[in-house]
Amino acid sequence: MKAASFDFIKASSLDDVFDAFDQYGDDAVIIAGGQSLMPALNMRLSAPSHLIDIGSVPGLGEILVTGGSLRIGALARHREVASSPEVAAHAPLIAKAMPLIAHAAIRNRGTFGGSLANADPASELPACTLALGATFNIAGRGGTRQVAASDFFQGLYETAIGEGEVLVGVDIPVIQDGEKAAFSELVRRSGDYATVGVAAQAQVTGKALSNVRLAFFAVADRPLLAAAAAAAIEGRACTAEVIKAAQDDLGRDLAGIAGDVHTEAATKLHLARVLLGRALNELTGEAA
Amino acid sequence: MAFEKEITLTLNGEAVSRRIDPRRNLVDFLREEMQLTGSHVGCEHGVCGACTVRVDGEIVRGCLMLAVQADGAVVETIEGVSDSGEIADLQAAFVERNALQCGFCSPGMLLTAQDLLKANPGASRDEIREHISGNYCRCTGYQAIVDAIEKVGRQRRGGDS
Repeated sequence: MKAASFDFIKASSLDDVFDAFDQYGDDAVIIAGGQSLMPALNMRLSAPSHLIDIGSVPGLGEILVTGGSLRIGALARHREVASSPEVAAHAPLIAKAMPLIAHAAIRNRGTFGGSLANADPASELPACTLALGATFNIAGRGGTRQVAASDFFQGLYETAIGEGEVLVGVDIPVIQDGEKAAFSELVRRSGDYATVGVAAQAQVTGKALSNVRLAFFAVADRPLLAAAAAAAIEGRACTAEVIKAAQDDLGRDLAGIAGDVHTEAATKLHLARVLLGRALNELTGEAA
Repeated sequence: MAFEKEITLTLNGEAVSRRIDPRRNLVDFLREEMQLTGSHVGCEHGVCGACTVRVDGEIVRGCLMLAVQADGAVVETIEGVSDSGEIADLQAAFVERNALQCGFCSPGMLLTAQDLLKANPGASRDEIREHISGNYCRCTGYQAIVDAIEKVGRQRRGGDS
């Protein structure tokens, strides 16, 4: 299908964005890379009166380390994040997830902020930011406010971004000595949205894991932290028995797991348990 | 067409200016307004890869970019890279290895293959499969396409075919 008619505003500053929102309200929608919005427009799932293109707003595409944080600008393209030495060094979890996001042609256009603001529950980056305890910088006319990843994702395609606001970047605590990251997902075709996936990070001391963070995606209307499974592992040597206990406890974390058109809830839970085992073995350096 | 915008881009090496409707996506612009019908329209939501074109040297989905967003960009289509001879070896290998039948996917497949081989002519079969994983072919079963791309990679590295 073809997109419905709309007018196009090329913003050259954040003020241009706020002006457009003042004028058109929620009939206006932001477009950056467009890799999720364009399908929605083409299928007429979305039919805004105005698109606000933020692709030319300066300063939103930077990737830099400030203090103890890695800042990734909203307009950083997936390809740039994937090849960034700063991301590889300071947020290896993101680096591991990047090649699994769609296909090369889509990673060339899609943006880091766009993927997060879209908040597809089956996409990779929301779960990564949740596992990493990232902070979202949301700009409005009155200034920029910060929202924790755990508060940012509020439901199916729903986020903490309010009316007239725009996500400008994300601050990610840099990985600490001894911490390791693991990322694993199951897909029907390479590059598709995940059937189930997990983003994990933990302090690794020999076979023992501590400060374990496990974020599952494609299991609910938003990514979920698996606190019970993490508690089952915390401070323990990652033996087969401990992994089994964590897999059992994952059932409590994912009690509300939702099936989709391809996969029943029970199957997803089974697959989530398989991925948990793989992720824990990856963290401790065991072959899955 | 109340919202028409003026765009200027470099298309296959030539400067082009047009007034367009903002809702016009890049591949429809190329096909309907520039008569460059080598880029194909398949799924129109980024899954099939038939509309693959190059923008500022990088492959993109022509159906997932607005023509108005290509203002100021360098756009290359299968016509451009065919005429320049840039992918003549890939095209010859696709014919030789029967890497196409109906040809619908071929323009996108060739541009995607070229994108890989330019960066990594030593790509393994697994890497080739990964890179073309966003391009559907419903005729060949992919083996012949991987064969053809692998062969050209070998040739470009100076090996025999």
